[in-house]
Amino acid sequence: MAEDGGKRAHLSPPGPSAGELTHIAHENYSSSQENKIQSHSSKLVTRPNVGDESNDGPPPPLPPRPGVAPSPQAATTKVQSIDVQTLQFPDGSRGTFQTPGARAMSTPVQLAANSGSSTPGRSSTVDADDAMSVMSIVAPTLRPPGDLASLMVSDMSRKSPAWQLLRSQSASVKPFETVRLDVRDSLADFAQEFEPVPGTSEQGGLGDEQRLAVWKSKLKHYMILSSSGKPIYSRHGDLSVVNSFMGVIQTIISFYEGADNPLQGFTAGGTRFVIVTEGPLYFVAISRLGESDAQLRSQLEALYMQILSTLTLPNLTSIFAHRPNTDLQKPLAGTEPLLSSLADSFTRGSPSVLLSALECLKLRKSHRASITSAFLKSHAGGNLLYGMIVAGGRLVSVIRPRQHSLHPSDLQLVFNMLFESGGIRSGEGENWIPICLPAFNNRGYLYMYVSFFDAAENTAPSSTSNSSDAVPEAIPFSPTHPTPQATSSDSIAIILISPSPTSFYDLQSTRNNLVSSLTKGPLLSHIRTSIQSGRPSLTTQISPGTPLSHFLYKSRANVQFCMPSSSPQFDSPLPRRKLMSLYHSLHGAVHARHCHLKVLHSVADDSTSLAWITPTFELYCVAGPNVSRAAMTQGANRIVQWAKREEERLFIIGGGVF
Amino acid sequence: MASRGPPGARGGMNTRFAQFKLVLLGESAVGKDQFDSYRESTIGAAFLTQTISLDENTTVKFEIWDTAGQERYKSLAPMYYRNANCAVVVYDITQASSLDKAKSWVKELQRQANESIIIALAGNKLDLVSEQPDKRAVSTADAEAYAKEAGLLFFETSAKTAENVRDLFTAIARRLPLDQVGPRHSRPGQRQGVSLNPESPNTNVGGPCAC
Ligand SMILES: Nc1nc2c(ncn2[C@@H]2O[C@H](COP(=O)(O)OP(=O)(O)OP(=O)(O)O)[C@@H](O)[C@H]2O)c(=O)[nH]1
Ligand SMILES: [Mg+2]
Repeated sequence: MAEDGGKRAHLSPPGPSAGELTHIAHENYSSSQENKIQSHSSKLVTRPNVGDESNDGPPPPLPPRPGVAPSPQAATTKVQSIDVQTLQFPDGSRGTFQTPGARAMSTPVQLAANSGSSTPGRSSTVDADDAMSVMSIVAPTLRPPGDLASLMVSDMSRKSPAWQLLRSQSASVKPFETVRLDVRDSLADFAQEFEPVPGTSEQGGLGDEQRLAVWKSKLKHYMILSSSGKPIYSRHGDLSVVNSFMGVIQTIISFYEGADNPLQGFTAGGTRFVIVTEGPLYFVAISRLGESDAQLRSQLEALYMQILSTLTLPNLTSIFAHRPNTDLQKPLAGTEPLLSSLADSFTRGSPSVLLSALECLKLRKSHRASITSAFLKSHAGGNLLYGMIVAGGRLVSVIRPRQHSLHPSDLQLVFNMLFESGGIRSGEGENWIPICLPAFNNRGYLYMYVSFFDAAENTAPSSTSNSSDAVPEAIPFSPTHPTPQATSSDSIAIILISPSPTSFYDLQSTRNNLVSSLTKGPLLSHIRTSIQSGRPSLTTQISPGTPLSHFLYKSRANVQFCMPSSSPQFDSPLPRRKLMSLYHSLHGAVHARHCHLKVLHSVADDSTSLAWITPTFELYCVAGPNVSRAAMTQGANRIVQWAKREEERLFIIGGGVF
Repeated sequence: MASRGPPGARGGMNTRFAQFKLVLLGESAVGKDQFDSYRESTIGAAFLTQTISLDENTTVKFEIWDTAGQERYKSLAPMYYRNANCAVVVYDITQASSLDKAKSWVKELQRQANESIIIALAGNKLDLVSEQPDKRAVSTADAEAYAKEAGLLFFETSAKTAENVRDLFTAIARRLPLDQVGPRHSRPGQRQGVSLNPESPNTNVGGPCAC
């Protein structure tokens, strides 16, 4: 998935604790020339034109560092101050001033808020290099590589006293709430993003031109084709719409392939094209959502993993070895829903995919330990490789043999199949699914036993046993089956994976044992209670009084992450996408190649955000546009303290080993 | 739950309870899932149970393997029909090619499955032709003649309206040896000490993919 996708979740104890966030640098993205209107307390405030001000003269000094006292243990892991600080002016000139230890180069990223249409500086040349192409998004001039640490503009101290006064009244503005009248929101069409392209007019749909218009209005496309140009998959539009585009893409890609200089991506207008070639397959992402090349590339890799998961690498290779012109749609028949739900989770924005990490259901340590020990006791052979209890995509418990770890990218495929795609019926029956988990072994299939606990408390194990004396009630066959749950967010799945195709009945006994021990005692209700109470609320449970609105915290040692409830602010798709776009740009900036950024503070028109990277954790947090750097820092420190305190409830450390 | 009693017919007082293994086979999208609304293609196979009462005293429970019809799962099918007491081979009466596929399943079952297996042929999506008779691609007479010749039970069904579905299962149940001991849970090939090494051949390169 992302750059550390190959990393396994060793589920082992974390490293040394990280220190406090004491020094931060920050970045100002609000270089736009537009006037914005911020609504607050029914007052309209016209924000001073930042661009003009920054022409005024030499850069002002950085504001004083936030006064958070470093804790004693901070010495080892204390965040390094940024090495070189740079001011960027609208006319393209730069000012740098140095602090000790220059060694990094920055990759400024553009925040999603200004993404898409409003990027005049975007280069339309073909960039083979990630870092180069990202840089070209913001900087009209090419920078000499290697001399910059960060794009930093001190903004607050530059404001007039009157502005400061007004600002201080609006600290409670939430992210993404400011209204911009003059710029068309590039995400305006996001609500229609997942609507299907209508059928042809013969099918009672639209004419070709209108269909094409709908197709073009999508902000994100994913296409898969064979190197001979045969279409394999397109997220939007049927083949009649997409065919000619596939042809053009194939021609462009193979032109560069022929020149031994594979095309990795290019920009056209506000749209980024990224191409990944995997053996006989071309994967293309077309995005107007402002993701970095590395992020788009990892999304395409995930689609490739889904194909491997269906076919295995040897099968894929041999299909094309025998007949290079093969139409892969046939061997893949039935997997479009899996590819599409994966693609849509990227388009909606998935923290798990972004961070290459898994999320756990928050449970008391002792409860999780009892569940895991019940799980281990239920183990009834069948060459079990991994056993998992998963609630709506969040891990509850894991058991595994000592020598095997879990791979987040594999589990993302499994969770996508079970909880997103609707391909597996939840609530009834048991499933036995051949699946290749490519990060574990892309050469062969494993067999996955899956059964769900009904949401409707029907916890009795499906009795393949007739040991009970009661003759079961006869149910007449009827077309009224329990409908599959629209959202599987509250369904609990038991997943048992074995390399042996004949182990179904052993795994079924394991599951039956487990279900009876979970239902006999209070364990199942512990799980249910935690599901019902949802993710902890940031403002009431995690950090009362915090100026932050949302965060992502990744424990690097555990390859797991946690986040607060998104309710109510980020519940609907659009604010959620804006939030995720912001996280993508933060993540992209701190993970850009050659970037050794430890802390990134960024201020935009509609939000303030902070990324903080240490050897043990990554923290990304978001607040409203007027939250001060000091408040942000303090908020971040509180989150880290909370995560440390709750570590053993938030994360599975080690899991059950047999 | 770990100890599974020997399944099969059981008489207590005047009641009989029998349990049988049934496998559903047929081309993809013919309607093997007993249908609620739009449903994605089955991945792998699903294991379900259904219980019907034949009369006041007789209850029959089916353990059903609903297999996936996609070509790439074809090589896994023997795992599901090997120990089946009965099979329902489904085709779509609006798709002529699906009957050809059904015929090849019947052949395979007659060659490879349990000798005493009871096979039913089900022409599904009957509701579609009641509304639009010109949608029919396989005539009842043709299919019935084939079924007779091959010794199969035959029904035209609709998973959507449930028409004839119950009759089909009842007919199967009546053919099953209710008074004898039912099926044995066979648990083939277990505990052979399969290595978990990822490179191990036991992860079945080319396993379920028939391509
Ligand atoms: N009108 C009508 N449609 C049906 C009927 N049975 C199934 N369908 C439709 O046919 C489609 C395929 O049905 P499934 O039950 O998924 O087909 P399947 O045979 O299980 O396919 P695989 O799982 O791929 O093997 C579904 O979209 C159903 O809506 C029926 O009796 N009448
Ligand atoms: Mg099916």
